[in-house]
Amino acid sequence: MSSKPQRVEVVLETLLDSIALAEEVGVRLAEAAGFGEDDQYKIGLAVHEGVMNAFQYGNEQKREKKIHVIFELAHDKMVIHVTDQGTGFRLEDVPDPCKDENMLVDSGRGVLLMKAFMDEFSVLAGQGGGAEVIMAKRYRAPAGSPAM
Amino acid sequence: MSLKASSREIGGVTVIDLDGRITLGDGSALLRDLIHENLDHGRKKLLLNLAGVSYLDSTGLGELVSGYRYAKSQGGELKLLNLSKKVSDLLQITKLYAVFDIHNDETQAVMSF
Repeated sequence: MSSKPQRVEVVLETLLDSIALAEEVGVRLAEAAGFGEDDQYKIGLAVHEGVMNAFQYGNEQKREKKIHVIFELAHDKMVIHVTDQGTGFRLEDVPDPCKDENMLVDSGRGVLLMKAFMDEFSVLAGQGGGAEVIMAKRYRAPAGSPAM
Repeated sequence: MSLKASSREIGGVTVIDLDGRITLGDGSALLRDLIHENLDHGRKKLLLNLAGVSYLDSTGLGELVSGYRYAKSQGGELKLLNLSKKVSDLLQITKLYAVFDIHNDETQAVMSF
């Protein structure tokens, strides 16, 4: 890992194009970190959902607000922080889209997908009062190596 | 890759072939417009062929649900055809697999209406 970047920070405007840009950076870094294609896709989609959440709900599509995305390549996992400049949200307030009464609502599935595709997921209050989504994907042990 | 769409009629069923990504923005808006336009013009049996859809986000999933709901409200039906593994996995994770009528064979899908 020593030759790979350890930390990449991207500051994005609240624009639709920023979602795909952050996703692309996430996929490239995941590839550089040695993740396979399936995990690269999952990490990319999780970044896409995190930034889309910041774009739509956190920063309410206000271009002047920023979305901060930090990618960290730790020794055992890739950690991604997505921070917006909104008013924050609590995970427990997000309706479960898999409940019968919510199955046919249009929104609310982004958090579910991020949780499903990443190994760790949490939401904290960002320093500026917005939400900070933190998610991580652990590196896979090479086939045939002993279980840790 | 932005979303492209074309429509054809088979036995009274409108098959909408989709190709590309269905995500927040142009892709989801195009899908919504297509579904509404068809239903509003009396084409009540819609079959979305997702064979060419390589990528779907939560907004795209929401748009499918919205289209399903709108079809029901108009006395129509919206069914899905040819899901890729990625799209199929997303529908499994979100439990939407249980909501939609999903087919892998176009002839059988058309007959199911």
